[in-house]
Amino acid sequence: MARSSAPGLLIALAVLFAALLLALTVGRYPAGLGDLFSYIAAKLTGGTAQVPAAAVDVLMHIRGPRVLAAVLVGAALAVAGTAFQGLFRNPLVSPDLLGASSGAALGAVLGIYFSLGVLAIEACAFAGGLVAVGAVYLIGSAMRARDPILVLVLTGIVIGALLGSGVGLLKYIADPYNQLPAMTFWLLGSLAATTDSDLLPLFGPVALGILILAALRWRMNVMSLPDEEARALGLATGPLRIAIIAAATLITSASVAAAGIIGWVGLVVPHIARTLVGPDFGRLLPTAALLGGGFLLAIDTLARTATATEIPLGILTSVVGTPFFIWLLAGMSRTWS
Amino acid sequence: MQLSGHDLTIGYPDRVVGRGLDMALSTGEVLALLGPNGGGKTTLLKTLLGLLAPRAGEVRLGDRPLSSYSPRERARLLAYVPQSHFSTFAFTVEAMVVMGRTAHGNLFSRPSAADRAVAARALERFGIAHLSERPYTMISGGERQLALLARALAQEPQFIVLDEPTASLDFGNQGRVLREIQTLRAAGHGVLFTTHDPNHAMRAADRVYLMRDGKRIAEGATAAILGRGELEAIYDAAVDLVTDRDNGRTAFLPG
Repeated sequence: MARSSAPGLLIALAVLFAALLLALTVGRYPAGLGDLFSYIAAKLTGGTAQVPAAAVDVLMHIRGPRVLAAVLVGAALAVAGTAFQGLFRNPLVSPDLLGASSGAALGAVLGIYFSLGVLAIEACAFAGGLVAVGAVYLIGSAMRARDPILVLVLTGIVIGALLGSGVGLLKYIADPYNQLPAMTFWLLGSLAATTDSDLLPLFGPVALGILILAALRWRMNVMSLPDEEARALGLATGPLRIAIIAAATLITSASVAAAGIIGWVGLVVPHIARTLVGPDFGRLLPTAALLGGGFLLAIDTLARTATATEIPLGILTSVVGTPFFIWLLAGMSRTWS
Repeated sequence: MQLSGHDLTIGYPDRVVGRGLDMALSTGEVLALLGPNGGGKTTLLKTLLGLLAPRAGEVRLGDRPLSSYSPRERARLLAYVPQSHFSTFAFTVEAMVVMGRTAHGNLFSRPSAADRAVAARALERFGIAHLSERPYTMISGGERQLALLARALAQEPQFIVLDEPTASLDFGNQGRVLREIQTLRAAGHGVLFTTHDPNHAMRAADRVYLMRDGKRIAEGATAAILGRGELEAIYDAAVDLVTDRDNGRTAFLPG
């Protein structure tokens, strides 16, 4: 193959590593790399660390979980976006095409409306995403159309619009002083409230979904061909499509539940990854995962350090994503390489 | 080995396209499916490939019904060459041909060195090895058709079924694809292709299956079936028959 995978993958790895170093060392409390290394060294050798307890607390319990969550969510959205762009044979597709985000949004907004606890709201969001995509898939396949992909996409758009008006209605009738700001904040996306206890419910589904997609990544090349061709090449496309959609929905819903609605990552990162290693999913998927993690971590670091108040993540990703995407369009209009 | 259709009713859930169709293709022969546009050629082709279930009747491959094969088993015996098309993603030509090896691996396996060697031989075989590293989206229509043929060959099938293999090609590439079809037969493959140009059937096929309005009009050895009268009847158009004085080969001219 023309493009060797090594440089592209190394670049992605370097981006993630740089973002990690930056994210762990900057912030309001002056805990830096030195503190981190001496703490780790002390842990490894069994000695006592010459590090203030507050610094350890910041690194391990405040910055640490948030950094991990940003990497997980970024990798998750990028992998799901890569899978969906291949499956739907369209480079303009993002992982919430089939209503995962709008379903999760309605779930979360419902949870806030009924004044549930934080974990219950996240569970509602997760369930909302799964139910929405499940409904889209069932309705779409009930049509028995000749072009199942197109029907699925159109059903996703229609159901997404319906769910969106549900969100609008709840915002309209919500208490404008307590509930509405919480809804708005959640809909804009943020990792500010991430704690240790958020990591497990995020990590489980994301790891499972990414594992499934990674295992299927060689077959995804064939799945990105027209359906009849993929079947003639020996794939049972129906079950495979369900598996890919289920895995991508699992990780999208878990990400949205943990971090709110964060657009653009799942759309833009697969493109950057393709320019680095080409369209072969065997290499594309791991590269997109590393890049997505690094990208969202960098954005999240910007979100918490750029100004005195936190900037919502969804706003930052679109501010960064839009010009980047236009630049991408201008440069690659010849081909979606 | 034989690929055969028995008393097939073909079509879609909402529409029957053809009835009472029987046909058979053996390894080592070339069969052309000829007829006007909209006559059901592509529908019959997809039914024989197992991509479309027959509304009635049965397709058999070897000694079993085609419907009893898993997609993977089927793809090891039966390859499909679609019309030369655009790909959404800029896979290299080699990656495209390696996809022909899908049915030889399992659901999770990455292409092995052996798979890539088979793909390289197929590229070599059609004289496009120099295009291996080029993006599939950046080569010409004729080159894409050859790449799809190489992919079918990489499947190592008994039968190769081509949908309008010459339709979007220039004159020179049409000839090239027709020659390749004949060498596939020489290698022992059974080849079925659809065309709406009787001259292409003349050039490459041993037998012709004439089809119109979802019905079989005639079937048999190419020279016996293809005559001026038959063509004027199925195309509803005047046809001239011209003969090359040097070698005696004939061709049809419409109008």
